[in-house]
Amino acid sequence: MSGAGHGMAARNLVEVRDLTVEFATEDGVVRAVDGVSFHIERGETLVVVGESGSGKSVTSLALMRLVESPPGRIASGEILLRGRDGAVRDLARLDNHEMRQLRGNDIAMIFQEPMTSLNPIYTIGDQIIEAIRLHQGKSGRAAFALGVDMLELLGIPEPRQRMRSYPHQMSGGMRQRAMIAMALSCHPALLIADEPTTALDVTIQAQIIELIKRLQSELGMAVIFITHNLGVAAEIADRIMVMYAGRVVEAGPARAIFHQPRMPYTIGLLNSVPRLGIDRAAQHELTAIPGNVPSPHHLPPGCAFHPRCAFFERGRCDSEIPRLEECAPGHAVRCLRWRAVAQSRGHEEGR
Amino acid sequence: MTAVATVTRERAPWAKSAARLLRRPTARLGAGIVAIFLLLTVAAPLLAPYSPFDQDFAAALEAPSAAHPFGTDQYGRDVLSRVIYGSRIALLSIVIADGFGLVVGSLLGLVAGFYGKWVDSAVMRVVDVLLAFPYLLLALIIVAALGPGLLNSMIAIGVVYTPQYARLIRGQVLSVKTTEFVLAAQAIGASRRRVMLRHILPNSFTPVMVMATLSAGTVVVETAGLSFLGMGSQPPSPDWGAILSEGQSYFLTSWWIATFPGLAIFAVVIGFNLLGDALRDHFDPRRRKE
Repeated sequence: MSGAGHGMAARNLVEVRDLTVEFATEDGVVRAVDGVSFHIERGETLVVVGESGSGKSVTSLALMRLVESPPGRIASGEILLRGRDGAVRDLARLDNHEMRQLRGNDIAMIFQEPMTSLNPIYTIGDQIIEAIRLHQGKSGRAAFALGVDMLELLGIPEPRQRMRSYPHQMSGGMRQRAMIAMALSCHPALLIADEPTTALDVTIQAQIIELIKRLQSELGMAVIFITHNLGVAAEIADRIMVMYAGRVVEAGPARAIFHQPRMPYTIGLLNSVPRLGIDRAAQHELTAIPGNVPSPHHLPPGCAFHPRCAFFERGRCDSEIPRLEECAPGHAVRCLRWRAVAQSRGHEEGR
Repeated sequence: MTAVATVTRERAPWAKSAARLLRRPTARLGAGIVAIFLLLTVAAPLLAPYSPFDQDFAAALEAPSAAHPFGTDQYGRDVLSRVIYGSRIALLSIVIADGFGLVVGSLLGLVAGFYGKWVDSAVMRVVDVLLAFPYLLLALIIVAALGPGLLNSMIAIGVVYTPQYARLIRGQVLSVKTTEFVLAAQAIGASRRRVMLRHILPNSFTPVMVMATLSAGTVVVETAGLSFLGMGSQPPSPDWGAILSEGQSYFLTSWWIATFPGLAIFAVVIGFNLLGDALRDHFDPRRRKE
């Protein structure tokens, strides 16, 4: 597919437009992702935040075209990617063979569970070499050497021996590094990290995040980082996209999301996280968002968040579906009452 | 990072695994019987005191003695030699019948589980139909269609075993298919076939090894059974089932002809069952006593 007709901004690596992913279930069709649009510039980090079931993982799998089908399918929308060769392709319409050429090569992905995302019966080396040989016509020896270099880059001690280790012989943090080595072995322009630190303990989390930041600047790749942990988001994000019930509810620069949140859901998320090391006066009580994520089978009418929302306005929020509006440059929010929200927070932010 | 980086040179994983497997006495017994059985098949010409085919009417129907430890049959053939050579036919039946079931059944189960949808429905309905027949009846129907003979009887038994392997591996494939490492393999750009053969199949294979071992014993009984019924190997082949069949008419006067091949079948079945049980426990993390 040629890049001419897509009108994609030159600095953008990925543009997702109006992506909808549906799953056929016994109780009817469920929209896991509903009209999601976003973009990623070269070398930047987009953090996607949301609770379980918000559609963040499905969005990332759709980018890789790895949504299990059936039951899932990309119902509509475009996923534009500028490839190595400069050509813009719509991944939603690529055939399987072309898509395979891009996976691991232009886009790579790492997963939540380092325990289960490596094949237990092959050595780390076998698996990194597989990734290399799938995309680069390298000999076994050259691929092995490249694998050793990758492990070294990831800060794994004794990389030569480690190439011959099986996953069960390594710790969780080491396995996640090996997984990242495998994902990055072909120097992709985009890395999708689906909760890569969730299963790790806190010190290892910090190391892996540092590592991803370092590799990102060294290799110049863009990262989509999926997490439900706002602390992690604060560490790494250039921009943040908040998802709720399959829709983007707020998106903007990380600073804006943390300091001038406009969507009550985002505010709820921020208030439910303890903050350390800021002055006592600014401390607030931890509050939980009441209620639960709605079932995708029975989304509330109007704004999907209204049953849990502190700014709920009867007759409006439960009937009218809000659009994503720009509330500040580069900062979009999907809330009918964002102006009221902004006003009520004014005194807090004004300080 | 202060991870301990010393990689100690240990015994190879398979050697450690084998040592743990053989810690149990029943496992050692099973492995021992299977080892003796395999030794017999390989060394039959060295171990057998006579040819299994040489007739000696002067020595017909002799009771066990120093010259003929298992006695002789109605043609004066040495029963010990025939039983020893019979082990080769038993091994052949394991390789062909169990092998046929394993290869064909695993392929069917793999394809059905991996591709799902109509492929799965089609394959599994055929499997269900095959499973609906009593196994010996099904084997007899197939031999009747193919014509009696050693190879055909083994293929028939293989067909009988195919659906069990297909079911077993399909279930495994369905669970392995949803693991993250399969997703990860796709995410680095592996093709569907590569994912199926390189990542899913080997990870689905453990219970198949157990089943292949357990059914090795029963396959021997069943091919012997077909020979006993005259549908398998034909005289003068020293098949255990055939010797048993010939010996039964003399059983009241010359018990040794039928008894020793019967004991051989018994021993092989016990051996493979013990070994199979040990393998099952070995691969079952819940039963593993560390």
